[in-house]
Amino acid sequence: MNYLSSHPWRVAALALGHVELVAAALAVALLFAVPLGIYAARRPRVAPWILGTLGAIYTIPSLALLAVLVEAFGLGFLPIFVALVVYAQFMLARSVAAGIAGIDRAQLDAARGAGMSPGQVLLRVEFPQALPVLIGGVRVAAIAMIAIATLGGYVGGVGLGVLIFNGLTLHQPAMIVAGSIAASLLAIAVDAALRLVERSATPSPTGAR
Amino acid sequence: MNPSSVRFENATARYPGSDRNAIDGISLKLRGAELVVLLGPSGCGKSTLLRTVNRLVPLDCGRVLVDETDVTQRNPVELRRSIGYVIQAVGLFANMTVAQNVGVVPSLLGWDARAISERVDELLNLVGLDPATYRHRRPSALSGGEAQRVGVARAIAARPRALLMDEPFGAVDVVVRTALQRELVRIVSELKTTTLFVTHDVDEAFRLADRIVVMRAGRVEQVAEPFELFEQPASAYVRELVHAGDDVYRQYFVRSRELLRS
Repeated sequence: MNYLSSHPWRVAALALGHVELVAAALAVALLFAVPLGIYAARRPRVAPWILGTLGAIYTIPSLALLAVLVEAFGLGFLPIFVALVVYAQFMLARSVAAGIAGIDRAQLDAARGAGMSPGQVLLRVEFPQALPVLIGGVRVAAIAMIAIATLGGYVGGVGLGVLIFNGLTLHQPAMIVAGSIAASLLAIAVDAALRLVERSATPSPTGAR
Repeated sequence: MNPSSVRFENATARYPGSDRNAIDGISLKLRGAELVVLLGPSGCGKSTLLRTVNRLVPLDCGRVLVDETDVTQRNPVELRRSIGYVIQAVGLFANMTVAQNVGVVPSLLGWDARAISERVDELLNLVGLDPATYRHRRPSALSGGEAQRVGVARAIAARPRALLMDEPFGAVDVVVRTALQRELVRIVSELKTTTLFVTHDVDEAFRLADRIVVMRAGRVEQVAEPFELFEQPASAYVRELVHAGDDVYRQYFVRSRELLRS
């Protein structure tokens, strides 16, 4: 506990690095997951294969995946970044697919009948309704990513994991505790913030905001 | 503007994987402010025929003309914006307010915000919903009858050249259905839009129709004015469907139609 109060700026800097790592990985992960999820929602026969494959990847232990990625990219930022992008695919793509597939057929029939192009159906009807589900997926993914990102301290010298792994090497329990507590607080804060966003993205029936 | 028209010439369509035509060589002509009811049992092709008009179902043979232009000559998206479409399940967009739902086609057509807003109020009044109360509601806060009123308003918002209605009142209770039917008759006579209305309900057909098209297994069995159908059924099938020759039914249909227009 003392480490937090004696080295607040060190912890803050590592926390910022942690957030940057997760945010960048999340942004890149969405670039892949949104089209994948839309594709899966459009092709119900292929969807189980896509989501099944992503699910299988998700079950690979993170240390094992990181070992392979370090072999490929060397030590540093890249292996943990790629690992986070890969892990997030399952939760993100699944939430996009579920959000879009959950929209009733009548709305899509009405949208086409009203003269919306396929792109307009996606942007005006499907995506806004899938958004709360997607934000839920982002929330779950972000929390998992914050946890996995602590391994960045081991392979890349980034994030709050630095405290944990340095503490292990130097036999400094205070550092380990400081890193763990900071990472946990970060996860809790992100969870709370995204819950608020999720709620505000869900329309209320009476139109009140 | 010229009176609108819808014309089918030998319209034939088959769904992929099916071994028979869903509609089979249908020719039919609708003109001006006419409300034509397609009547028949489920699977007779009446909804399919309706959906060929706005190209939601492609024809395998023959053609459909709206305002004397073959629909395949037109961009499907633009075509659909000029044709109103109402379905039984309504399909209001859950992410939009009532006003946004009603204004969806004008907005796709690029009307300015004020014109859309004025049109929305005008339409909500037309379908009997107070704009101040309903404008900002979400579809989830509407009853079935209210939702379908919004569905009708949405379909006619951009002054369509034709109105397609696929069992629009099939899911609402009898009292609401009668109210909606009454308003539809009034709206169609005001709009002067050619209207195709699909139902399997004989009473509804007799109440609403200027002409009734009886369909069976993808073909037209008879086209006639309601009471002509009753007096001169073209086949045993039609006779049985409308209970031709039964005076009690006749009185009921006459009275039912009168009451809707009183």
